Amino acid sequence: MSILVGKHTRLVVQGITGREGAFHTKQMIDYGTPVVGGVTPGKGGEWAFGNVPVFDTVRDAVSATGANTSIIFVPARFAADAIIEAADAGIDLVVCITEGIPVMDMVLVRAFLDSTHTRLIGPNCPGLITPDEAKVGIIPGHIMTKGNVGLVSRSGTLTYEVVYALTARGIGQTTAVGIGGDPINGTSFLDVLQMFEQDPETEQVILIGEIGGTDEQMAAEYIANKMTKPVTGFIAGQTAPPGRRMGHAGAIISGGEGTAAEKIAALIQAGAKVARHPDEIADLVASNLH
Amino acid sequence: MNLHEYQSKRVFGRYGIPVPSGEVATTPGEVREIAIRFGRPVVVKSQVLVGGRGKAGGIKLAKNPDEAEQHADDILGMTIKGLTVKKVLVDPAADIRKEIYLGAVLDRASRRVTLMASSEGGIDIEEVAAKTPDKIVKVAAHPFLGLKPHQARILADGIGLPKDLTNDFIKIAQSLYQVFVSNDASLAEINPLVITGENKLLALDGKISVDDNALYRHPELVEMRDPDEEDASEREARRYGLSYIHLDGEIGCMVNGAGLAMATMDIVKLYGGEPANFLDIGGGAQADKVAAALRIILSDRRVKAVLINIFGGITRCDEVARGVLEAIGTLDVRVPFVVRLVGTNEEEGRRILAEANLITGVSLADAAQKAVAAAKGELQ
Repeated sequence: MSILVGKHTRLVVQGITGREGAFHTKQMIDYGTPVVGGVTPGKGGEWAFGNVPVFDTVRDAVSATGANTSIIFVPARFAADAIIEAADAGIDLVVCITEGIPVMDMVLVRAFLDSTHTRLIGPNCPGLITPDEAKVGIIPGHIMTKGNVGLVSRSGTLTYEVVYALTARGIGQTTAVGIGGDPINGTSFLDVLQMFEQDPETEQVILIGEIGGTDEQMAAEYIANKMTKPVTGFIAGQTAPPGRRMGHAGAIISGGEGTAAEKIAALIQAGAKVARHPDEIADLVASNLH
Repeated sequence: MNLHEYQSKRVFGRYGIPVPSGEVATTPGEVREIAIRFGRPVVVKSQVLVGGRGKAGGIKLAKNPDEAEQHADDILGMTIKGLTVKKVLVDPAADIRKEIYLGAVLDRASRRVTLMASSEGGIDIEEVAAKTPDKIVKVAAHPFLGLKPHQARILADGIGLPKDLTNDFIKIAQSLYQVFVSNDASLAEINPLVITGENKLLALDGKISVDDNALYRHPELVEMRDPDEEDASEREARRYGLSYIHLDGEIGCMVNGAGLAMATMDIVKLYGGEPANFLDIGGGAQADKVAAALRIILSDRRVKAVLINIFGGITRCDEVARGVLEAIGTLDVRVPFVVRLVGTNEEEGRRILAEANLITGVSLADAAQKAVAAAKGELQ
């Protein structure tokens, strides 16, 4: 078992003929992900990678291929419409890799999605991967191993870092989920923790947060009250100066709120173990195994 | 991106919010002319993008044109929190009966634009929030509906606004919401919104911050950008699409991904060093961008070692390696480099860098410790 993506996934790539879209589609196919189609407006009827049909719209792609999941690689100024298009076409899970979408666009997108059955992961995220089943995103497949640790993170490369350390120790993963670094996203830490709690294969969970917002604090409340599986946490940005955006649009300490210290305190209070640096996360996870 | 007070008030004015009829000047002579034209007491206000201008002596009341010219002479050229005053705003002095606060922000938890009002205007709202949170009234606007009149009325009642001003207040609150949404603001605040002696509402001071990701659709706001808002290296970085923040330490960090960049700074500190910067080269960086990043890091003379930590996903290690080689080939490099490359195309990346003879780290902890040692001259 796993969460969100797996053997049932039938993936359509929005922006399949773009530079990044093409590069990562190849990687997803090589990993064994069922990529059933792509969308690039104006290129409908063409083929990508020999046998992947390209469509003008997501609606065409869904009716021709039965796609249930989409991944978005289109530029920021078109990405909000791409998400809405996927939801309109009835896609269950939309994963948006695109960085730099205006926040007000996401306010509208999220309000719209809340009226549909579609779940969004991201934007500004690395996507997700269930080892040996499906890679929907840009997480390097070769660092993953099948196993029993679930991972959820606001950061892409920090996720790779931790997965790499886990795999090096022979600790496998159920699913790794990057929820993205924007202030408004589709899926929160709390949402993913609930899924891992329900997933029979997942035995423990890693949560990688960062400064800004209160998503980690809400997750901590769930960990304290409802979660039965052990959680190991890490929060990036202990040395970040207040009032500055640290790369991610959502990584900012404003009005004294959203500091690493308060998030770490909330997680410890909730009974999670918290690592001092990324390499230590795997140590703490390993200590839960014995 | 932040707008100056005079720019923010011009935007407010365009949306029908009553603002003083001020004018901007860059010399004491101009200030005198403006004061003569107004024919009444004026306030001379420094235009710099920091808080606490009043306390620093950057805002002064003048009873007549002579005084206005004198104040302008004092204020222009003065330094407030590291920024030199180049412009002043000359506003006709208002007869202030009461100061209130009205601001719009994005509330991340509810994912809605939230309007906040307080009867305690004219002071830092964060201070009010920390000390007397009950003095702040909030309403959240549904994105499909906007700010409805009854919501603005809740704010007016909540701060005890005189009833005869409620309708004017509702218009101002709805206009402020429009300012926020139409300009992709991350903050739009009127502080203070005053009740004047003639019993009118007037936006005496204001501030707008704009979402950088939305600037592409606001060319008129981009033109308002004050280059002094960022330091020179941060400006240069932005030109290359790099996310760079200058700090005070001695270990330059070049990392891909914001979370990993923060974690890299944190681990440098954990092992006894101080990061010189935050730098995220972003996803999918090409060699020229990597070279630019290193040039910006090395332009900081305090940097004693550079730590390059790349975990390739959308970023390819071979591209980064080519950029590092390009930088080494074109720059005068006098400090040690510690490099760690893992992920997409890592073998190719390592092969390219093998000839450059750099210090390599196997893990982040290993690389960070080597960078700290190298900065102290303990590792060559």
